Order: sequence, then C-alpha cells, then structure tokens
Amino acid sequence: MFSFDLLANGLVAGILLGGFYAAVAIGLAITFGQLDIVNIAHPAFVIVGSYIAWILNSRLGLDPVLIGVMVAPVFFFVGAAIYRIYYAAFERTGQESLSGLAFFFGVMFIIEVALILVYGVDYRLVTTGYIGKTIEIGVVGIPLRMAVPFLVASALTAGIYLYLSRTFMGRAILAVAQDRLALQLMGADPVRIKQFAFGLAIATTAVAGALLIIIGPVEPSVGRQYIGRVFAIVVLGGMGSIPGMFIAAMILGVAESLVASFMGPSWAPAVAFGLLLLTLAVRPSGLFGRQ
Amino acid sequence: MSRIVLRAEGITKRFGGFVALEDVVLHLASGERLGLIGPNGSGKTTLINCISGALVNDEGSIEFEGRDITRLPPHQRARLGVARTFQIPKPFRSMSVLENLRVPLEYAAWSRAEHRRITEEAMELLELIGLKHCAGASSGSLTQVDMRKLELARALAAKPRLLVSDEAMAGLSSSEVDEILETLFALNRRGVAVIMIEHVMRAVMKFSERVAVLVAGRKIADGDPQAIAADPNVIKAYLGE
Amino acid sequence: MKISVFWGSIALVFLAGLGLTQTAVNPYYFNALYVILQATIMAVAWNILGGFTGYVNFGSAAFFAVGAYTSIALDKALGLPLPLLILAAAAVCGLIGLGVGYLTLRLKGVYFAIATLAMAIVIETFVNNWSYVGGARGVYILTPEKHLWFDTYIEMLFVVMLGLTLAAVAISRQLNSSRLGRGLAAIRDDELAAECAGVPTLRLKLVSTTVMGAMMGVAGAPYPFFVTFVDPISAFNLFVAVNAIAMPMIGGTAHWIGPVIGALLVGSLQEIITVTISSELNVLLVGIMLVLFITLAPQGIVGLAQKLHRRIFR
Repeated sequence: MFSFDLLANGLVAGILLGGFYAAVAIGLAITFGQLDIVNIAHPAFVIVGSYIAWILNSRLGLDPVLIGVMVAPVFFFVGAAIYRIYYAAFERTGQESLSGLAFFFGVMFIIEVALILVYGVDYRLVTTGYIGKTIEIGVVGIPLRMAVPFLVASALTAGIYLYLSRTFMGRAILAVAQDRLALQLMGADPVRIKQFAFGLAIATTAVAGALLIIIGPVEPSVGRQYIGRVFAIVVLGGMGSIPGMFIAAMILGVAESLVASFMGPSWAPAVAFGLLLLTLAVRPSGLFGRQ
Repeated sequence: MSRIVLRAEGITKRFGGFVALEDVVLHLASGERLGLIGPNGSGKTTLINCISGALVNDEGSIEFEGRDITRLPPHQRARLGVARTFQIPKPFRSMSVLENLRVPLEYAAWSRAEHRRITEEAMELLELIGLKHCAGASSGSLTQVDMRKLELARALAAKPRLLVSDEAMAGLSSSEVDEILETLFALNRRGVAVIMIEHVMRAVMKFSERVAVLVAGRKIADGDPQAIAADPNVIKAYLGE
Repeated sequence: MKISVFWGSIALVFLAGLGLTQTAVNPYYFNALYVILQATIMAVAWNILGGFTGYVNFGSAAFFAVGAYTSIALDKALGLPLPLLILAAAAVCGLIGLGVGYLTLRLKGVYFAIATLAMAIVIETFVNNWSYVGGARGVYILTPEKHLWFDTYIEMLFVVMLGLTLAAVAISRQLNSSRLGRGLAAIRDDELAAECAGVPTLRLKLVSTTVMGAMMGVAGAPYPFFVTFVDPISAFNLFVAVNAIAMPMIGGTAHWIGPVIGALLVGSLQEIITVTISSELNVLLVGIMLVLFITLAPQGIVGLAQKLHRRIFR
C-alpha cells in the first residue's frame, strides 16, 4: 500500500517529530552524555512539565511554550537539589551504577504515581490558537501543533549547543566529564558544575513538557514510552555530542513515522528500542561519540 | 640458554590518534627478573595491559611458554600462569582479605591448586606476605600499604609462572619496600619470572637481572642494570632535555 | 546458616503450607500468598544477576510475561499439564536470558540496564501483535478441572507456587555460597580484577542471566491460571519490574536471604494496603521505599541487621 503522498507526509511528520524528540532528549544528552548520570526519570520530569503547562493553560489561558520558559527556572532548582541528593548518596561513595539507576527508577515511579493519584489517568490537553491548523504545501500537510514544537526545539537545541561551546560555564560542563583534575586545578568545583548541569537538564524538561502537550494529549504513563526514545537518541547520537543527538533524533522521528505509516502504529514503540539495541550491539559509541 | 617464557614481538597499541606503544619487543627467560622503567606516561602499564590481556594490541604478537596468547581473554591467560598487580589496588571490597585470595585460587590456579586445601593455602599466602593478622578484615578497610600487599598476594594466589608487579612499592617506606622485595625474591626462587615496573630505583637495581627502558611508547634500552643506569639516553629521558 | 538448619526450615515451611490448605477457611489467603510467593521468586531471580553479579536488569517484566505467554500458547496448542508448562517456560526464558546476555553483557553495566529495558519493550510489542495469544485484546483462560487431592484449584496453585519458591531460594543459596557465587561476587566488586584473577566473566554472567531468566519464566508460567485473563498491559506491567528490583534492594542484595525478606515484607505490606486503601498507593509506596532504602540504607535490611549485630557484639 505504498503511495508517494504517504511517503512524503510520513517523512515530513517524521522530521517535525524528530525535532521535538531532540527537545526531550537534550536534557539527557547532558546528564547521561556528559555527566554519565543515568537519569531514567528524565521523561517523568517532562510529563510534570506537561501537567504544569496544562494547569496554567486551562486556568490562565497562557501559551504553553511561554509557560515552559517561565517554569524552567523552578525546574532548574529542583534539578540542582536532586543532584545534591544523588551526589551525597552515590557519587561520593562511588556506588553509582547499581544504586544510582535504581534511585532514578524509584523517582520515576514516585512521580508517575503521584500524578495518577492527584490527577487520575485521564488524558489532558492544552488549547492554543494554532492547534488544529495545518499548512498545506503540495501534497504535504504540516500541522502547526507539530511545526511550533519543531521550531522551539530547534531553537532550544541550538541555544544549548552554543551555550556549551561558547561560555565558560558551558565549557566547564563539557570538561567536567573528561578531566576532573584539570578542572580542579583551574579552581572550579566539579560538584557545583555538575549540579548546574543537572539543573540545566531538568530545566529543559519544563519546555519539552510544554511542547509534548501541544503535540498531543498527555497522561501519566506517557513518559514511559519516551524512556527508550531518549536513550536511543543519546546513545545513537554519540554520548556527549549535541549535533549528533539532533541528527539521531531526526533519524528516530523519521523511522517511527514511516513504520507507523506503513506497518501500523502498534509497531512504533519497538522502533526506538530496536534502534537502541542495534546501536548498542553494533556501535556503542554512536555516530559522533567519543571513544 | 634458558627457555623463553614470554615473547612479545612488535607490540603496537593506539588510542585513536595517540600511539601508546610502538613496535615494542620484549623477551623474558624462565625465572628471569626484569625491571621495566621509564618516565610517567611512557606506556609501561599499557604494555602490561596488553600482556595480561586487559587490552588487545593492534599489532604484534605475544607468546607465553611457546603458546600464542595474543587473542586470549585475560582470564585464560591467568589460568595459563600470567598474573599482574594493578597500580591502584583493586580489592574485592565486599569480601574479607582471605576471601580475596580464594578467588584467584579457585579460578586462575584451579588446575594447580588442591581443592580441599584452598583456605589453608590462602592462609599460607597471607602469612608469607605478612597479612595473616587481618585475614578476616574487610578488604576495603585496609591501609594503603596493606592493600598493596593484598594486591600482590592476590597475584601470588594465581600460582603464576610470570608475575608483573605494577608499581607495588609506590609511596612505601624503606622497610616496607624491603618487605615487598623479599617476597618477590622468594617467589622468584620458586621459579617464577618477574617483571617489575617501578620508580623506586633502589629496588629496581637490587632486584633486576636485566632492565628495559620505555620512553614515549618505544623501548630505548634493554640490558645490564648498571649499564642502563649509566646510559646517557636513559638519563636524558628521565631528566628531560 | 548451616545446611541442616536451612533444609529443615524449607521442609517446615512446605509442611506449614500444606497444613494451611487443610485448615484455612477463607480462600482469599491463598490468593494473597500466591502473589507474595510470585514476588519472592521474581525478587530472588532478579538478585542473582542484580545483587550477586552487579548487573541491573530493568526488563524483569518481559521474562515474567514470556513465561506466562509460553504457558498460554502451549496450553492452547497442546493442552500440556502445568508441570510441563513450567518447564517449557523455564527453557524459553532461560534461552532469552542467554540471548539477551550474549548481545549486551559485553557492554558496561549501565548500557546493559538500558538494553534490558529496551528488550522488554520490544518483546512486549511483538506479543502485542501476536493474535494467537490474543494480542492487545488479551485472552481468557479457563480454570482447569483437575486439582489433584486439594479442595480447590487455588489451593493447588498455592502449593505449586510454594514449592517453586522454595526451590528458587535453595538454588539462590547454593549459588551464593559456592565457587560460582564467589566468582559472581568478584565480578560485581571489580570485573577487570576478577577477569585477571582467572574468573571467566562473560561465561559466569551468561550463567547468571540464564538462571535469572529461567526463574522468572517459572514465576510467570502459572500466572494465566491464577488471573484467568491475561493481556500485554497487565503481564508486562512495569510494577512487576519495580517490585523485582525494590524487594531485593530493600531486603539486601549481597545475601541470598535479602530478597526473601524484602519480598515478604513489602509483599505483605502491599497486600494490606491494596485491601485497606487502594492499589495505586502500592506503587507509590514501593517507589518511596526504594528511594529511601537506596539512599539511606544501601545494604538493605540484611545490611542493617549486620551493622546492629556488629555493634552489639563488639
């Protein structure tokens, strides 16, 4: 049942989706890619961002993207606090792998269940002027509810990439993963830098969550579908490479979109995880990663 | 002419663009005591990693007792009789000192050990190295010195025929250095070939029958210890231009 | 614990279970106990790879569910009796454990953990699309007629599960205190040092994943007959995976008795809460307990007991 229309729309949808996925994954690209912290609860924070966007959008009528940006600083401090706990409990004693993973697993659960207990399992959505509108270009339709997140996500990715490569703090974050000693000799405190980086990563989830709920309705367990996606993107892109992450997000978006178009949406979840497994088996350092 | 127990030929190892070892040749006769010296970062530990199997060399071959071990994983080399210590001790922290020794006795030395006497053999080793008094202590709570000794004891427990000691004496006092030396001599008397990587020159000179020098991944000298000590190239490498 | 004390306790517990089937009036107890026993097997199994060997597995639900679905498929196709279904599930899940291990155990522990999660979702997607066993809609299982000399089917299932649990605990204990177990502990403490001490790390890790997979499959095999309706969402439930991790971590991962303690404690707590308040609260509780124990008492209850013991007998 192949048609050019289907292919073209699938590709475009995939690209838009991929851009959005980059927004969700960029926080993990920092925590996992740079800091080697396996924050499996990352998508759960995104869902929290979605819920906050829903609450403020339905109460005050604000645009979700605006809400995301406004709430980001709060998320930053929450992230910094969580890193403090993580550091005190695990990194300092060198117990990272087993316990750290399980710690975030537990955090993920607490967040998801807390949301269920407070808001129930109903789908929530936001209303804006542009959701529901589509721009037609030839045979291809570009839904605005996907185009806006794509643009915001691209801006977010570019912004963080520039921040990490141009500013002092940004470069310190890149350095802390590779050479703690040099950093300490320069007088910078690795712990504070990691704390800042983690806070930054969680701050991005505020925006990502807002974008998520623009694209479609959200309920608490939606976060779990994204665990595979974000890890697949970060690993495929190559740990520590932001441009690699963006390209990997595109690849995932297009792959999922085409699979959904031609094989049916029930196969889509397997795409991300299958891609992840393939990458781990064949080339664990990803497309652009450091060795 | 005694048997060649270790024959490393043309060992080259690269990390990305960085050449850590270049065309290194190293032979060791049965029961020989070799000192391996060189400035920091010259590739000594990398060479040891290639010999023990923790790393795979990009080029070259390694033969142990006539058998090609180039592609063998570390655990099989250990079973054949290649043992090494780690520069920074890596004890099995959840185990006691005694239990730390059980692992190599039960695995690397399994074909050479008497299965019913494992615990006794472990205790004998602890006595030899002077750790008997803390046999039941948690290995993570040892002092630096004792951890070094445990590291060595664990290598001995593998009943090796080649032992590589990687800077076992760093930071030890003079009498502690002598203790370790005595243990290595005792081991050597039993027929074990020893490669000693050290910066403590007194120990290297006293212990080695032969000295090899690595600088920037290349072997620049190999021969009599006194001659090496007087070699102007070696002196320059250590003191810089 | 001495061998004689251990086997004595095992026999005692089994007899007590049999006794319960004769004396208990309310069938609810068997339902509750079945759930706790199932959780115990999962916790013990998880701990073999997680606690003994140090590799975190997030995909426990997949092994459990495949065990359940193997049961369903073979029951539907061949009408095999329960013991054979259990064996088949053990074989299938053991093979899956071996396969997944072979593909991913060469990676660092962190990547392995993520890979297990990925594997679980991929398997779930396949089962979701497999209409023979009901696909996404799920499938109904009829309660079999035969229940041997027991009064009801659930009593028989309970005794079967009890036997399986005790076997799992015995296997786990054997692993913990054997040469194999010491090799696993060495891998957990320092894989490179273990390898250089002669421990064939890859082979032992594969043994670990295979045993774990098989055990979890066994835990899942009787499940369809217990719940009578199975669909991918309930079978691949992440709650199963959290419990499999939380119970050993709360109980203590280094010792074979840790997961047992954790499962009994947390499992009982969960049953009480489900009955008195709600089942959602269970998940929140497990999450909170997991986080608390990991950060404050990483050695679990066993670790706390050992510390207390040392303090008293200084």
